Amino acid sequence: MTSNAITLSVTRLRAYRIDALGAVLVAAGAAALLFLPFVLFKANRIVPGEPRALTELLPLWGNFACGATLALAALIAVGVGDARVRLAAALGGLVVVALAAAAAANALTPAGNRVVRVAAGPAFWVLLVVLGLMATDALTRLRPRPAMRVLYLALTLVVSVLVLAHGTFDNLSVMREYAVNAGRFMPEVRRHLWLALGSLGAAVIVALPLGIVCYRVPKLRPGVLGTLNVVQTIPAIALFGILMAPLGALAAAAPWVSALGIHGIGAAPAAVALFLYSLLPIVANTVAGLKRVSRSAVEAAHGMGMTEWQVLTQVELPLALPVILTGIRVVLVQNIGMVTVAALIGGGGLGTFVFQGIGQTAIDLVLLGAIPIVVMAFSAALLLDALVETLDRTKA
Amino acid sequence: MITVENLTKRYGIATVVDAVSMAIPRNAISVIVGTSGSGKSTLLRMINRLVEPSSGRVLIDGADTRSEPAHLLRRRIGYVIQGHGLFPHRTVAENIATVPRLLGWEDARIRARVEELLQVFQLDPAKYADAFPHQLSGGQQQRVGVARALAAEPAVLLMDEPFGALDPIIRAKAQEDLLDIQRRFGTTIVLVTHDMDEAFRLGSHVAVMSVGKLLQFDRPAALLRHPADDFVARMTGASDRAMKLLSLMTAGEAALPGVCDGPTVAASASLRDVLSELLWSGRGAAMVMGEDGIARGHLTVAAILERARP
Repeated sequence: MTSNAITLSVTRLRAYRIDALGAVLVAAGAAALLFLPFVLFKANRIVPGEPRALTELLPLWGNFACGATLALAALIAVGVGDARVRLAAALGGLVVVALAAAAAANALTPAGNRVVRVAAGPAFWVLLVVLGLMATDALTRLRPRPAMRVLYLALTLVVSVLVLAHGTFDNLSVMREYAVNAGRFMPEVRRHLWLALGSLGAAVIVALPLGIVCYRVPKLRPGVLGTLNVVQTIPAIALFGILMAPLGALAAAAPWVSALGIHGIGAAPAAVALFLYSLLPIVANTVAGLKRVSRSAVEAAHGMGMTEWQVLTQVELPLALPVILTGIRVVLVQNIGMVTVAALIGGGGLGTFVFQGIGQTAIDLVLLGAIPIVVMAFSAALLLDALVETLDRTKA
Repeated sequence: MITVENLTKRYGIATVVDAVSMAIPRNAISVIVGTSGSGKSTLLRMINRLVEPSSGRVLIDGADTRSEPAHLLRRRIGYVIQGHGLFPHRTVAENIATVPRLLGWEDARIRARVEELLQVFQLDPAKYADAFPHQLSGGQQQRVGVARALAAEPAVLLMDEPFGALDPIIRAKAQEDLLDIQRRFGTTIVLVTHDMDEAFRLGSHVAVMSVGKLLQFDRPAALLRHPADDFVARMTGASDRAMKLLSLMTAGEAALPGVCDGPTVAASASLRDVLSELLWSGRGAAMVMGEDGIARGHLTVAAILERARP
């Protein structure tokens, strides 16, 4: 072959370029559909599920529509570069997969039967992850501005809540568990958020000044950061245990403390532990953020007659803010996850469902707690990332 | 007038500035030159009390600088540093408005002043007022730095190696601009540099410092003709001091009466440039012409050479 011909064929190959990520996602999705069950049928909530294939549950047209949409999404994932088209295909795929699961659940549930459970099977979850990855990848390629990202998130959440409220998925096992626990669900969500945000708020109030002092007085830095590092290495359960004794003693000794709701177990030790875990990332990022502030900007600020306080509030903190907020983002996501463990000592929150579910080997109840936790952590990360990007005017 | 009396700064056992006294003239540019470690920046920073003296004092128009809190003193004194020190999170207009805001000027007055300064520094307000520092070129950033220092109309402007980070062409332009600005506002400027050529180009008075001591503070021509010691002679460049001397004088100042047959040179050109022109063209004399088009006289090579002697 002449070199010209080689160049030509290389060019042609490039023109029919295959999207590597798309190919992997399609392979994973196809394998899941072929070899894994899409839904699991359970005679009651604690027996293991029997696998059911989608083909036997949906009407012919349903199977056809489902297959056609997923095949189209697969073709687009492999061969189309336009991020908008890829996003539309992924969202279309997600809608179809969700509706198929709902339809399968409706088909398998005898009318009025409240004992049988139809759970989404492994193939459903794989498809959800695959299509979700395809959608996030397309969104990343579109590079939406921070405000747009928040808008997308809000839209997704509102649509999801409306669809769930409408009852489309009521026959799926997770929603069955929700129906049983509906009265407890929102209070536990609120308690979960309250514990995560409250301990974060208290940590910010303490850690921000502590970080500033550590930056100003380098001698303090190794001691403070070292101590907080040690706290960070204590496992959550152990820390709860350590706190139980002093808080219990305090509540026993002072009735007014007990009247405030502070006891050896419950929300108080959970909040204190989360607060302690929150300190290190915020203090460390405050120090790192202040260190990153341009020396010449600070010198100029002093030279122009700003007071120490003005230099701190008008120059140093604004310039360090993106890094400090990144620390707060780490803490918030970490707290939303860690509050789950608080349920073990009676702290409440969505962990209550998770640990009850584990105790009853009712995996659907575990999911009822776990899914909202993932959604909240993801939303918090997205919101704070958008905030950091908006505030970092120096890289506008 | 800034009077520096016996100013000393010690860090532990090291004396960084050693009993410096000088009378810095009003409405002129005084340049402090020295090698690194000579104490020139510390001396400058003691004038606005960014560094507090170990002993001695500084008087501005007769008033001791310690008679008011340091931050209030600094708001009356412009300050420019190497690498401009602009606030990266604030726009050009917000940067320039820094000291007026600290002083509590009204918004309308601040806006007018910012606009005026942007015009003076050849930065189109419509285009640059809302830009961020990182969107500007190095030369523009430096100009904004000077504009910010002049925003509250200070009588005194301190500059610490202000042009050190600029490339040679932009630096020459920045130096020209500074001379214009000084003439326009009549500001008393104290500038620190390690570059003797810059000192001679800008300074009406030049101070030479070495290891904390002020060796000589005088007009540039006097430094060349009568250096106080070997160090000053070496700093000012003994090998080409004749040419430096010529560069300090303009054709207009040295012109002799009468006419001659030769090329025409501008009265504002330095004698060094006129001599170079005559050597290049092989002529013996040139006519000196003012900007107004009126002849100021003539210059011969011999007359120019006479000026290059101590």
